[in-house]
Amino acid sequence: MHIIENGNVAAAMGIRLCRAVVIAAYPITPQTPLTEKLSEYIDSGQMKAEYIPVESEHSAMAVCIAAASAGARVSTATSANGLLYMHEQVQWASGARLPIVMCVVNRAVGAPWNIWNDQQDSISQRDTGWMQLYCADHQQIIDTVIKAYWIAEKTAIPVMVCYDGYILSHTYMPFDLPDQDKVDLFLPPFSPDYALNPGAPANLNTVTLPDTRVDVHGELAHGYMEIRYLLHEDLLNSLAVIAEAEQRFSEIFGRGGDPYLESYLCDDADYVALGMGSLTYQLRVSVDALRREGIKVGVMGLRVYRPFPAEAVAAALQGKKGVIVFEKALSYGYEGALASDLKAALYDRAAAAGAMPRVRGFIAGIGGRDIRTAQLTDALREAIQNEDHAAPAWIGLCL
Amino acid sequence: MNRDYIEIRWHGRGGQGAITAAKIVAGAAFKSGYTGVVMAPSFGTERRGAPVMTSLKISKTKIYDLSPIEAPDVVVVLDHLLLKEADVTGGLKTGGMIVLNTPAGHETYDFPGYGLATADITAISVEAGLPHGMVNTGIIGSLEKAIGLLGIDMLIEGIEEEFKTRRPERNSLAAKLAYERTVTGD
Repeated sequence: MHIIENGNVAAAMGIRLCRAVVIAAYPITPQTPLTEKLSEYIDSGQMKAEYIPVESEHSAMAVCIAAASAGARVSTATSANGLLYMHEQVQWASGARLPIVMCVVNRAVGAPWNIWNDQQDSISQRDTGWMQLYCADHQQIIDTVIKAYWIAEKTAIPVMVCYDGYILSHTYMPFDLPDQDKVDLFLPPFSPDYALNPGAPANLNTVTLPDTRVDVHGELAHGYMEIRYLLHEDLLNSLAVIAEAEQRFSEIFGRGGDPYLESYLCDDADYVALGMGSLTYQLRVSVDALRREGIKVGVMGLRVYRPFPAEAVAAALQGKKGVIVFEKALSYGYEGALASDLKAALYDRAAAAGAMPRVRGFIAGIGGRDIRTAQLTDALREAIQNEDHAAPAWIGLCL
Repeated sequence: MNRDYIEIRWHGRGGQGAITAAKIVAGAAFKSGYTGVVMAPSFGTERRGAPVMTSLKISKTKIYDLSPIEAPDVVVVLDHLLLKEADVTGGLKTGGMIVLNTPAGHETYDFPGYGLATADITAISVEAGLPHGMVNTGIIGSLEKAIGLLGIDMLIEGIEEEFKTRRPERNSLAAKLAYERTVTGD
């Protein structure tokens, strides 16, 4: 059934369909309507869950960690400075291997104070050991939430479902509301290998020494480094799980595609624009305009940022003359994080093949600065026609 | 006006319900076969009474461009005093339509190059039994009279659905009366 709602409601409906039983969240713009909606569902009995009010995002994640450790399917959501305040517990959740799903409604971080959209908040959490999935419209928001629980529980790794604040969170668009029966078929109840149980008490994540040691059972136990290596290895291997989720989802719901990259007019393209989130859909309009000018260009939306699908990205860009990266965030003092990650992926793989696409980066929409489609079109055309510039340019900057 | 892709910008005041009105039109458009509808409120500094904007894009195909409307086909103005406070015709396409709630006569206004539709929605809404100042359902009737896009019945259905627990008949009556009494012309 198609409905018209905003992106926050799409996310809330996804969480409800997944039958999360514990919600803990602290309101922050533009995430607030999402958590309000969840509390409405619980209050009205549409959702059988406990809403635990907390005094901060740090506590929200602490509650999620405790509840997930006890075997509960949990959810939280945040934005910007709320995510930054949560950061210590974010790292704990992945280290503890808890399959928490968190919506990050992307917003600029202060200072100066700004409530509008960019993606600096989630990009700044790139190295926390969480997966990061990015959505381009409301259908992707609700579908990604559902897939995220399956992926998280299959891998025991938490997942951030990221979508653009306001541009998606507050905008009303039509999307298909999945049937509860199908969601139940796709996502079985959460049954972790171990859940906290007073009948079989255990210490979790206590001080773990640099070296391996023999444990109380006389078996060689992992040290901290082994535990952290396994998180990394499992994250890399989760690429296959993400692909499996996409396959299963498309069999049950009848929609889906490439699990990592959403490509538009890329097959015959000489140049490809690359980005994450709603911007990649707007870039389709620019690509259409440039195609009318005879420029062979396409656009790829990256749906999975961590784990980084380096093989898939490099293979998709094999033989292209250039890649133009559009980002709403950057690693201050260097360049956009996605541009760096892309170059690293290409360096090993494309160089070996003997043809390295040129990479150019643009920074856009920082702090909610409007991105007009004509600006994107001009930037893309300029990057294709002018090979001299290497440094990332900021679109719409007025100094 | 390209009837396959229409951009409507709504100017109202915080609390006046422009977002709800745009949502009702979006829902009716979707039901009428416009598979692409995008209703995007502008955000940040809304306060009750302050000028606010909402954009509505209606398309026969999925809409990929969520950026703000730059050249609307139609602007809907829920309060005539906004003409002095906001650039309501900014970017309006030549030949575009202004839908205006005003107590002043149609002939009072002169917008060269644009079409104009006027009605005293504030008075009509009170006549329909709504509290003074509630104009967001009436204006939908004026919009439909001005552009004839979806048919008034489809919009009435949307209004009654949206307001099913809050005076649905009075809200739909306001839209019907506004539809009948809206004056159009240059």
